[in-house]
Formats: sequence, C-alpha cells, structure tokens
Amino acid sequence: MDQIAFLEPRPAVLSRRREIVADLLDLLPEGCLVHEPRELVPFETDAFVSYRRLPLAVALPETTQQVAAVLKYCHRYGVPVVPRGAGTSLAGGAIPQEDAVVIGLSKMSRILEVDFANRTATVQAGVTNLAISDAVSADGYFYAPDPSSQLACTIGGNIGMNSGGAHCLKYGVTTNNLLGVKLVLIDGTIVDLGGKALDAGGLDLLAVVCGSEGQLGIVTEATVRLIARPEGARPVLFGFDTSEEAGACVADVIGAGIIPVAIEFMDKPAIEICEAFAQAGYPMDVEALLIVEVEGSEAEMDAMLASIIEIAGRHGVKVVKECQSATEAALIWKGRKSAFGATGRIADYICMDGTVPLGQLPHVLRGTAEIVAKYGLRVANVFHAGDGNMHPLILFNANDPEDAARAEAAGNEILKLCVDAGGCLTGEHGVGIEKRDLMRHQYSEVDLAQQMAVRAAFDPQWLLNPSKVFPLEGRPAA
Amino acid sequence: MTPIHEPLSEEAAARLVMIAGLSATPFSISGGGTRSLLPATDGAEQLSTRGLNGIVAYNPAEMTMTVRAGTPLEKVEAALAENRQMLAFEPVDLRGVLGSSGIPTIGGVFATNASGPRRFVAGAARDSLLGVRFVNGKGEIVKAGGRVMKNVTGLDLAKLLAGSHGSLALLTEVTFRVLPMPETAVTIVVSNLNDAEATAAMATAMALPVEVSGAAHLPESVRGRFVGGALPDGAATVLRLEGLAASVSVRAQKLADAMAGFGTVSQCDAGLTQRLWREIRDATPYADGTSRPLWRVSVAPTAGQQLVAALRLEAGVDAFYDWQGGLVWLRMESDPEAALLRRYIKAVGGGHATLLRARPDVLAATEIFQPQTDAVTAIQTAVKASFDPAGLFRSRMTG
Ligand SMILES: Cc1cc2nc3c(=O)[nH]c(=O)nc-3n(C[C@H](O)[C@H](O)[C@@H](O)COP(=O)(O)OP(=O)(O)OC[C@H]3O[C@@H](n4cnc5c(N)ncnc54)[C@H](O)[C@@H]3O)c2cc1C
Ligand SMILES: Cc1cc2nc3c(=O)[nH]c(=O)nc-3n(C[C@H](O)[C@H](O)[C@H](O)COP(=O)(O)OP(=O)(O)OC[C@H]3O[C@@H](n4cnc5c(N)ncnc54)[C@H](O)[C@@H]3O)c2cc1C
Repeated sequence: MDQIAFLEPRPAVLSRRREIVADLLDLLPEGCLVHEPRELVPFETDAFVSYRRLPLAVALPETTQQVAAVLKYCHRYGVPVVPRGAGTSLAGGAIPQEDAVVIGLSKMSRILEVDFANRTATVQAGVTNLAISDAVSADGYFYAPDPSSQLACTIGGNIGMNSGGAHCLKYGVTTNNLLGVKLVLIDGTIVDLGGKALDAGGLDLLAVVCGSEGQLGIVTEATVRLIARPEGARPVLFGFDTSEEAGACVADVIGAGIIPVAIEFMDKPAIEICEAFAQAGYPMDVEALLIVEVEGSEAEMDAMLASIIEIAGRHGVKVVKECQSATEAALIWKGRKSAFGATGRIADYICMDGTVPLGQLPHVLRGTAEIVAKYGLRVANVFHAGDGNMHPLILFNANDPEDAARAEAAGNEILKLCVDAGGCLTGEHGVGIEKRDLMRHQYSEVDLAQQMAVRAAFDPQWLLNPSKVFPLEGRPAA
Repeated sequence: MTPIHEPLSEEAAARLVMIAGLSATPFSISGGGTRSLLPATDGAEQLSTRGLNGIVAYNPAEMTMTVRAGTPLEKVEAALAENRQMLAFEPVDLRGVLGSSGIPTIGGVFATNASGPRRFVAGAARDSLLGVRFVNGKGEIVKAGGRVMKNVTGLDLAKLLAGSHGSLALLTEVTFRVLPMPETAVTIVVSNLNDAEATAAMATAMALPVEVSGAAHLPESVRGRFVGGALPDGAATVLRLEGLAASVSVRAQKLADAMAGFGTVSQCDAGLTQRLWREIRDATPYADGTSRPLWRVSVAPTAGQQLVAALRLEAGVDAFYDWQGGLVWLRMESDPEAALLRRYIKAVGGGHATLLRARPDVLAATEIFQPQTDAVTAIQTAVKASFDPAGLFRSRMTG
C-alpha cells in the first residue's frame, strides 16, 4: 500500500555509499556507526510501521561535537539526515530514506544537571521522558508532559514532535515546559537557545524548533522545567450511555471554569481492549468512559470533584467510581496508557490525532463513527478529551492491502472532518509523512510557503528529514 | 512628521505593504503607539493597527478568543471579565514607567510577549497564543496555528511572532487561550529578608505543593513605594496563592507554616493582593516621572540577586525581583551601564536584559535588546528575510 511518496534518493549519494561509510567511520569512535544492511533493519521504520526504508547508515554519536562533525560532513556532501530518538513516532517522523544518514541520539542519555532551586533539569537528548521524572521524584518534583510512550520515547523526540500527554490539560505540552536546547545546525554550528532564564532575548527561535520534526537542526541537550508534585492526585471514572453525553460533559466541565489535570475519554471498544489488558477495574456496562484526574489536598480534590459530579449528573452519568487506593489509581492509568499497545495486540491500527474545539467533540465523534462504518472498519476512541485532542484508532489487517488502503482513506477523511470542524490535523503526534499530503487541507499555499521559507532559513538545502511535513512539490529551491 | 498609515482592514494593510515594497519604503509597526523605540531619524513610515479593531469571536465555554490586533487591551480584558475569565499571563502596562499615554493594544501585547507575575508558572503571552493572521513583508496575508489548544501541524509560527517586536510581520489577528479568574487570592508576606535569604525562601515555597502563582522580593528600598506603604516594615518577600476560597485558606496556612522559619510572616487579603501584584506587574515604584535607565532583566531565579549584588559594587542601582528572583527590574542612577550589566549577566549563567527606558539619545545609542551570538544572529537574519525579504519592517529587534 505504498501510497505516500518519499523523495527520490539522490543518485550522487547512493553511488558514494562506500566512501560515505568509510568517512563516517573515521569521524566517529568505534561502535558508533551502523552500516551492515542486516544491522540497519531495526532503523527502517518507527511506530508508523506501514512504511519502511533502509537508511544508508546510522550514526550513533556520543557527544554534541560528534553530532556536529557528522552534520558538517553531510552538509558538505549533500547527504540527507534523519534525526532519531527512540523511533516511537506514530506519524512516520523518524522513518529514514535510502540516501539518508540516520543520526540516533540513543547513546546520549545522561541527565547532566538537576537544579531544584531553579526547578530545572538539563539532560542529553536521548534521555527518556520518564527518566527525567524518575530522577527527580524522590525530591518531590516531576516533568509534566507525559506521552503514553514515556518509558521509551526520548526528550529529543518529544521536542521534535512537541509531544503532549494526559496531564497536559493543566501543565501544557512540551513547548510550554521547555526552557532551552543545545541545537546543532545542518552545517555543524552549535547554538544554545534559551536556558534557565525565561523568555527569549531575541527572536523566540526555541518556539519554532520545538515541534519542527527534526527539520531545523538536531537537539543534543535540553533544559526543562520541573514542577513540585501535588500533595495528592485522584483519578475518578465516569461512565456514560453514549459518547455524545460524555463529550458534552467534557465541554461543560471546561466551560464551567474547572480545569482538572486530565480528562481522558474511552469509548466501549477501547474500554474492552484496555480492561482485558490491564484489569484496571473499568465499568463494562457503559458506552463511554471519562477518566478525570483532580489533584491537590484532600479538601481541594473533594471540592472539585463535587462540582464535576454535579455536571456529569446533568449529562446522565451512569457510573461514578472513585478509586480507593494508590494501587487502584495506578491501574486506572496503566489501562489508559497501554491503550495503543493493547490495541496492537488484537489488530493492526493507525492512530489519528486531530484536535477539535471542545464544542465539536460530539459532532466529530459521530462523524468518525460514520466514516469508519462506511469503510467497513472498526474504530476504538481513546483520547485527551479535555483539550479536544482525539485519537481514533482505526483497526485493520495489515496483511490485506485493500484493508490497509481503506484504513488510510478513512483516516484521511476523519482528519479532514477535524479541520473542517475548526480543528487541526495533529494535536501532538506530528505531521511526519502520514499527514504531509493533507497539509493543503489545513493551510493555503501562502501559509505553507511561509512555513517552508522559515524552514529553509535553517536548512537551505533541505537536507534535514526532507521527506517529512511539507508536501514534496512547491518547495523553495535551495 | 513621519507619515502614519492606518489601514482599516487586513486586505488594505496587505495592499499597503505590497505597494510600499515597490518603492522600498520602510515601516515601523505600531499598536497603541505608546512609544516607538526607533530613533525618529530612521525614515520609516508608521504602520498603525489602530484601524484593525474589534473582537472577532469569543467562546467562553471553549476558553478561546479571536481579536483584531489593534483592539485595545482594555476592551479585551473587559469582555473577559464579564465571564470571569482572564489572560493567564497578566499583560503588563508600562505606561506609568514609560511616562506615555497611548492605549496598549492586544497586538502590541503579543508582539512584545510582555508577561507579568504569573508568567513563571503559567507561561508567557506566547504560551497562550494559539493562532495568528499576519501580513508579511511581501504583502501576503498568512495564517498560522489555529484555535485549538493542541496543534503541532507544521511549524509554530505564531509563537515565533510573539515577542518579535514588529520585526517580522504585521499581526492582524490573534487567537488566544483564556483562563477562569481565580475565585480569590491572598499574599503571604515574609518580612525583613535580605536578597539572598529571600531567594532561598522563594525556592522553598516553589518546592511545596501549594501552587504559588506569584513570588516576588521587594527590598527595603522599594517596599514602601508599593500599595501606599501598606506592607509591614522592612523588605517584603511576597508569595501569592490563588484559587477556590476553601483551598486557598488551607494552602495559605501550609505556606505560612513553612515560611515561619525564614522570618516574620503576615498575610494580605484579596483586595490588597490584587493591588500589590498589579503594581509588581507594572513596576510601579519606577513610575517616577524620570527617564533614569530602566532594565528588565531575565536570568535564572537564583542568579537575580547575585547579579544585583555584583552590580551594586560598581554602579548605583535600585532593584526588585519577580518570578522567584529571575525577573529583575533594575533602575540605574544615570548611565545604563549596558556593557557592565551584560558582562555580569554572562557571569551569573546567562540571560538577557532589555532597556525599557532612558533619555532618547541614550536609548538610540544603546543596544536595547540582548545581543546574540554570531551564529544565532545569522539564523535570526535568515528568519527575518523569510518573512520580510526586502527588510520593510524596521524594528530594534533585528536591526
Ligand atoms: C522591549 C519592550 C519595549 C516595550 N515598549 C513599550 C512601550 O513603548 N510602550 C508600552 O506601553 N509598553 C511597552 N512595552 C510593554 C508592552 O509591550 C506594552 O504594554 C504593549 O501592550 C504595548 O502595546 P502597544 O499597542 O502600545 O504597542 P506599541 O508600543 O505600539 O508597540 C510595541 C512593539 O510591538 C510592535 N507591534 C505592535 N503591534 C504590532 C502588530 N500588530 N504586529 C506586529 N508588531 C506589533 C511594535 O512594532 C513595537 O515594537 C514594552 C515591552 C518590551 C519588552
Ligand atoms: C504506544 C505509543 C503511545 C504514544 N503516546 C503518545 C502520547 O500520549 N502523546 C504524544 O504526544 N505522543 C505519543 N506517542 C508518539 C511518540 O511517542 C512521540 O511522538 C515521541 O515524542 C517520539 O519520541 P521518540 O524519541 O521516539 O522520537 P522519534 O520517533 O525517534 O522521532 C520523532 C521526531 O523527532 C525527530 N527527532 C528525534 N530526536 C531528535 C533530536 N534529538 N533532535 C531533533 N529532532 C529529533 C525525528 O526526526 C522525528 O521527526 C506515542 C507513541 C506510541 C508508539
């Protein structure tokens, strides 16, 4: 089902493969270059597994200087570069191409400094998201953005995608929690953007680097904001008879000025999948479930919950289940955070990521169900409802090319529905290759040209992750 | 007198810029036009957003608002207040310290990313900004971002334009997120701490799970000039708590207990709290009717007092701290001492200083924004060219 195109590999690069490998071997310490075809296989795709490309080679540098040396070399010889963290991108952001050198940050996984007085942590780009919170939790702090993939995904990848997570409703996504980066530009120049001081002294380049999907430079270090852990946190389950009621309840909670830490949504298929996997104690006799987490002191949580329960009552809530212990709370989150993995055990799936204005949730949920039914497919919805960030998981059989093509077509229709409802193609997973050719549905030619011009200001030759984000035609010439 | 253009629509603005491009007429963009930072000799014509006025859409239930850039900030805040909502980042009003009288616009607020006390926990103006429409230097009308909370579709040009000080494009419309106003607020005051002790106390407060939403230190020299001298004698380290009344009183007790080890603790009620934080936001003690140089310095929270301590040995300075110590309002006796200040900023770990006020000749002769490294300047120049290839938009930010 190879429908999404990659750029044609540059013959001049392919024909020099042996030389390039030899040169890179010279530039890097032993054990830092992967180039045997068999050993390249683990790098041929990411979590958007329908597409694969073997890269020319994979560099696994240990220092910023080595990243700079490889980039400088690739820049000089016109070799495309694909930055890679843990390869958990759901949009194909980290999928390589045949003429590209992958620069993987996995060996740069040290926490460089934790500074509690200034509430910051400075880490290498290959550090996993969860490792940051783990390193500071004994002292009562955490790093807020918490993608479900946090055990595996890296902070460099989080910055690449401006990743979010369940708890971003209150604390914001990566860009709101990122203070600075060390960035290596395509020509090997190393720059520091931001730092422990807030705001930018000049143009806010950090803001545009975050979420740039590896197209503006390679992040080798990041300084992030730490937050004091709340006194307590309590997830509560709210079961509804229909998805529409649950969606309307979310809009009313937010509309009433109540901002819990998280409001997560699951429909019946998602509840069944997650419950079977995690035995989280989810109610099984409802069509839709909200996990609402409140935090603070006992008194604060009680007060906030009382208001939420009152609103839910107006929407015909059927079950309200408060957990009785920390173990139960952990299970509720385990069930939610393993939703994608658990789904992957029963079927192949692609995960959409459109975001819509809250008032549009019921409409878009209904539309999604209709689209999927039209294609004869099944869907499970599990997503960050509080900020309107939907994740329909479209189930299909990857061994059946027609089924796969139908899934892709249904996905595209759903994303267009999100844009038409006043939303966007992707709330947190990024454009990658997956949504690249839909960009024109959200942006005009002029809008896209402006973005591409900014992108080209950093990388005039379009060497960094070039097959991604922007439609392949109409790019400004080098 | 330099000509002033006041296009009445986005299309008119775009046409104006396109035509200006033909004759290479440079523009200086102004909102409320409270004051131009460009020297009058620059030859740039003024492009004002005053004609781009009005709230386009406000959906309280979705907590978002779309507004034309030239809309007065007051009007936006009044509309929000009717629904008990607010801008989370507390936009500053510097008319007092600048001795100017214009009417700040919402476009000017985002173009300067000017954010008040809550910024260090709730984010800056840029963090509230969801989408923009703008006219670039080619006279094209461009949109970026959108109106939803989460959006990673392409490059985040909206945030890049926040704080660009009119150097890249003319913002014509902004869409931003708003928040519910807290039901109440109180301030815990710890008295008589020196700057170093205060910095330690603020860091301790921020480590507690009480959600401090303002942390400032007002040394003895300025304390009396806040809220008509209503704070207790001696330096005042002030910590704000906001939220539901029941929750605030519990947290206030907890915070007061934790602060008792640092000094004498007292509390301000909601009314005084509101006045106090407004005055901290607007640097009211320096609304002194003078043109003595005033800097806004951003460094790491623990570095603020180190910087001031070092400067005191070499120059006459008066200062107070916001953002847990990381925002220093610094008034110099006579010379701005830019070189000295920037050297010390580097020595305490980096950050940046913006000169907000000085005599016009001094303003013209001083680098008001923090100079960047050559490599960063090169990217800034390329980014500027990607919006404004002919360099029509003049601004002190990108030269
Ligand atoms: C360095 C700095 C300087 C400041 N100077 C002032 C000041 O002189 N007066 C004041 O009251 N406050 C100033 N502030 C504080 C804050 O910017 C104001 O409170 C803000 O609200 C001014 O709004 P305005 O409409 O009067 O903008 P103006 O004073 O007219 O403009 C302020 C800046 O923003 C740019 N700008 C304004 N509107 C747009 C737009 N639609 N699109 C693109 N760029 C735009 C201008 O080119 C200028 O660089 C400053 C803050 C900083 C950090
Ligand atoms: C089961 C599962 C659950 C997920 N849940 C969430 C979720 O809740 N929220 C969410 O937002 N995402 C989620 N994701 C998506 C994914 O985990 C995120 O996009 C994550 O940030 C990717 O990190 P990574 O280290 O795997 O990066 P990769 O996939 O390796 O790369 C992602 C992108 O960033 C670029 N990149 C990587 N490292 C760097 C660097 N150092 N410098 C510059 N560019 C770089 C790459 O080129 C690529 O474009 C989930 C994925 C899976 C498989």
